Amino acid sequence: MTIATLKESTLDPARAVYDAVLPAGEHWIHPIKKGQTFRIVDLEGNQAVDTIFYSARDYSERYSAVDTIREQGNVYLSTGSRLLSSESNTMLTITADTCGRHDTLGGGCSAESNSVRYPREKRYMHNCRDSFMKGLLQWGQGMDKREITHNINFFMNVPISPDGKSTFADGISEPGKYVEMRADMDVICLISNCPQLNNPCNAYNPTPVRLLIWD
Amino acid sequence: MNINQDQILFEEIMPGGWNRSHILKAGTALRITDLEGGANVSAIFYNARNTTERYNMPDTLKAQFISCIAKGCVCYSDMGRVLVSVIDDSCGWHDTISGVSNAMTNQRKYGLNPYQEARNNYYRNGLDSLLLELAKHGLGKRDLVAPVNFFTKIGVDQEGNMAHVPGNSKPGDYVDLQAEMDILVVLCSCPHPLDPNPEYAPKPVKLTVWRSAIVPEANPCRSYCPQNERGFVNTAEYRL
Repeated sequence: MTIATLKESTLDPARAVYDAVLPAGEHWIHPIKKGQTFRIVDLEGNQAVDTIFYSARDYSERYSAVDTIREQGNVYLSTGSRLLSSESNTMLTITADTCGRHDTLGGGCSAESNSVRYPREKRYMHNCRDSFMKGLLQWGQGMDKREITHNINFFMNVPISPDGKSTFADGISEPGKYVEMRADMDVICLISNCPQLNNPCNAYNPTPVRLLIWD
Repeated sequence: MNINQDQILFEEIMPGGWNRSHILKAGTALRITDLEGGANVSAIFYNARNTTERYNMPDTLKAQFISCIAKGCVCYSDMGRVLVSVIDDSCGWHDTISGVSNAMTNQRKYGLNPYQEARNNYYRNGLDSLLLELAKHGLGKRDLVAPVNFFTKIGVDQEGNMAHVPGNSKPGDYVDLQAEMDILVVLCSCPHPLDPNPEYAPKPVKLTVWRSAIVPEANPCRSYCPQNERGFVNTAEYRL
């Protein structure tokens, strides 16, 4: 598969059945039904949108980063990427993308990983896995920390090099870029709109995103 | 790294295509030896006292700016602690980004060969094997995360394309994993899903649990990068 397949959408925001702005640092948990289309708009550019999907029927079936990239033969996500579950079912398919590529190996930040990656006092900062936990606790239904699996970082650029190295590079997104995906099963979408203040990849400035759903 | 006979706690051969688990105590190490070359051993590590703390592939990669596991690096939990340190490794590249085989990938590649026809040689897959082993510890699908695939190399080119690299592990190649806290190790030796061999030919490995006792202060993995120094401090606090 070749990546960076830029493709625009023909969907009209005025006809969306859901349209909301998610401020920087907030979480969002919401069902997306089979056949609906979900769009995330990077309103101000280079914002990381940490995202996990669960099957609405059985939460133990969830997005699998490693199955997704292995089956498409490429580590980056873009138009045409089928987002696979831990049981190899297609959860959603990316149908439009004006950014070009998205990361799914960099994971979400946490207080504990901050204490490893940055000076020790950075433990006490707002982070994605706390936002994920808030979303899971809000949803209830027995969801807990074990639901926090490897996520997608929409709009993030994490290059993997042939010599076995990885980095968080400067973003390749810009204000107004978006990614759109069609649900192939009923899913629950969990988002942390990343609050990380220690990483130059978002210019140390987390920003809001817009979320839309069409029937 | 030489292991003296009196350091060995136990040793056994794990046939290809099987699953196994072990509680590895802090200060002991697991050596996995690829007996014939071309083996694949998928492994997930858990805190033995609290299995909601588990190996975290993204945290491991981004803390050490790596995309594969090799000598000198460590496997982090999702709680900022070091589960195992790779104190020796004759292979040089162990995949951690491409998951395991499942019933679908096995059937696509090998076709069907059920127990009713093949008896104990039936085709086993990585996903079912890991879930079976997890179930023995009261764990399940929600506990399954991306494993390390020891002895397998998946190359990634500049465009992000992934490819299995043959010949990565030779007969006798080994990796030594020292537990830095008491951990549950869950293993399976099913073939890697990107292994191009059209025949189902899982390879045996030797498992050696031995008293390594490299203290954290003297562990070369600690000085691999400043992040690992902080990771070892987090781990030491947990062991107080």
